[in-house]
Amino acid sequence: MRPREERERPRDERLSPPPAGHEGSGLSRDAGGASRSARRGGKGRGRGDRSMVPPADFRSYYGRPIVKPPVWHYDIAAYLFTGGLAAGSSLLAAGGDATGRPALRRAGRITALGALTASTYFLINDLGRPERFVNMLRVAKPTSPMSMGTWILSAFGAAAGAAAVAEAAPILPERGVLGLARRLLPPVGTAGQYAAAAVAPALATYTAVLLADTATPSWHAAYPELPYVFAGSALASGAGVGLLAAPCDQAGPARRMAVCGAALELYGAHRVETTKGILSEPYRDGRPGRLLRAGRLLTAAGVAGAVLGRRSRVVSALSGLSLLTASLATRFGIFEGGVASAKDPKYTVVPQRERLAARAAEVAASDAKTTDVPEGSGSGGIGV
Amino acid sequence: MAGPNSFYGPLDPAPDAGYVDAPPRMGFFTDTSVCIGCKACEVACKEWNLVPDDGFNLLGTSYDNTGGLTANSWRHVAFIEQPAAGSGHGTDTPGAFAGMPTGPSASAHTAVVAAGTSQDTGTDPGVPAAPDALAAAATITAPGTQFLGMPGADLPGRTMDAPRSDFRWLMMSNVCKHCTHAGCLDVCPTGALFRTEFGTVVVQEDICNGCGYCIPACPYGVIDQRKDDGRAWKCTLCYDRIGDGLTPACAKACPTESIQYGELDELRSRAAHRLEKLHEQGVAEARLYGHDPNDGVGGDGAFFLLLDEPEVYGLPPDPVVTTRDLPDMWKRAGVAALAMAATIVVSFAGRRR
Repeated sequence: MRPREERERPRDERLSPPPAGHEGSGLSRDAGGASRSARRGGKGRGRGDRSMVPPADFRSYYGRPIVKPPVWHYDIAAYLFTGGLAAGSSLLAAGGDATGRPALRRAGRITALGALTASTYFLINDLGRPERFVNMLRVAKPTSPMSMGTWILSAFGAAAGAAAVAEAAPILPERGVLGLARRLLPPVGTAGQYAAAAVAPALATYTAVLLADTATPSWHAAYPELPYVFAGSALASGAGVGLLAAPCDQAGPARRMAVCGAALELYGAHRVETTKGILSEPYRDGRPGRLLRAGRLLTAAGVAGAVLGRRSRVVSALSGLSLLTASLATRFGIFEGGVASAKDPKYTVVPQRERLAARAAEVAASDAKTTDVPEGSGSGGIGV
Repeated sequence: MAGPNSFYGPLDPAPDAGYVDAPPRMGFFTDTSVCIGCKACEVACKEWNLVPDDGFNLLGTSYDNTGGLTANSWRHVAFIEQPAAGSGHGTDTPGAFAGMPTGPSASAHTAVVAAGTSQDTGTDPGVPAAPDALAAAATITAPGTQFLGMPGADLPGRTMDAPRSDFRWLMMSNVCKHCTHAGCLDVCPTGALFRTEFGTVVVQEDICNGCGYCIPACPYGVIDQRKDDGRAWKCTLCYDRIGDGLTPACAKACPTESIQYGELDELRSRAAHRLEKLHEQGVAEARLYGHDPNDGVGGDGAFFLLLDEPEVYGLPPDPVVTTRDLPDMWKRAGVAALAMAATIVVSFAGRRR
């Protein structure tokens, strides 16, 4: 007979009742399926009555979530950053090499390989069965953004890896087998670098589809703008690497990259945070809200430093650091915002109820129209 | 193979998945109006499919201590205690009790007949007995307590003065919907999830690598990751039984035929008939859920007859398969990717400084 301790598994938190004091817990926690519950969006959560969302009125099964929150750990949030960083820095490397800026090329290639290695680790570590990661290569499925991402990352990895290894050519001896490698590596590296740069935009933006292609309410609702947030964030982090690593006379393109990337990111994030009705709420409240605000401030500071501090190596480096941190904060903010939206049934029920009400109103309106027409033509004698 | 409705809209999933001469689509019709909440389905499912326990929790909300569908609960009996709608408060289904008698639970005469036996038992069921717990409880109006309508333990007729409570119990055995357009199946990156010849959706446990993508993709929150195992698990509609012509374990065990298994077309007409009957009998709040091939998931392989709004049972009111928007998502990502490439060109094309 086994000891009792061995049989007891950790209690699944999703099975226990939601804590009464949990943020977003409303009357529905108490009233359960038995009654309606009214709640005010955003009110009383520390930031005053700024919400434009009307009070949410909905019912639920004892306040339990309807959709399951993602089981992904912070590995995936971290991968969103490292994947974007790999893409951004490989683009930096390609641009730097094409325009004769060796510092950008070297920093870009090496960062891309480092970020790629971290990405691979995060992705495999997050699997429930890490030893089965190769099963990802059984199929290529356009309906699965994760399958597409696997192939994108594999192609990018081979190319970016070759580019980074080629950076080692100058330290190889000039004779023998290694001497041959010394002569062969640079062209291979250049080819890899451009191949990686060609795949990089796909690598940076597919992760937005990965998150949006779920039933997680706030991720799915954000699908039109999420790719801009992630593309901008990847460009800004790549620019951050350039600003950190390159001397001032080579960092010009990185500054322009920072400005464009930040603009793209801030536009997308602003749309996500303001135009999704009640589903924007998780991106403004609590920890996700703080992370996204921090990301915005750090992006603004980074861009300001990159533009104004172009003569100072120190200011440029600090701006680069600020942009990298901003990208990290933004990715975690988006990730956590989605998770928060899945944990509260409000975000599943209220938008779907609104959708049903809108559809019913549409049907009623078209019914009214079809019954009006014969009446009007009959009594007034005016053919419409 | 893949047709115009492969992403969204009415569809017969098995031929769309490539099966030639597929058998008829099989499914469940769960009629909650006859569910008694016995949980035989939960137990039968666990026994047949060797599903481990789900922890032994007391949730403190109702007689439901399972909580929801998880990796270790492929059937879940929801149990809702609800103030009735006769008084018009607490629910938006007025008339749930309309037309129901409001007096004592039975007339003295019928109670005598009902409780009577062929032999004289020496007691007269028509005679009111000692103070009745039911009636006494109903008079309690202390704040914070509520009479839950527990049935009396006495013989019918002895409790003539017992009031009708304004409480009702709703019970529903929830299960994987085996959607026509299954989000979990669409997003699975390994091909572990597949469409069977019966139109159902099944996880191959020897392929699944626990990436977890199917879990947030399900609009009903059905599929889940088993913590100590890492893989995703859900109802298989007893793929191993139905292939041999057997009834799935839960439907086999259901004592009231609340869970009915069969060909989906047959079940749909049966459900329509049942709904009509209930409406005739004045149960205006009865409604079907998941039966419509034109809904957001193309209709469910397992659909329900409910007595209140879906969200009261923990079901989404208007689920839509997330991959409906996938073509648009890829397009948006493509535009963003082009914007990235353009940014690089602009950044590096500028004058050197």
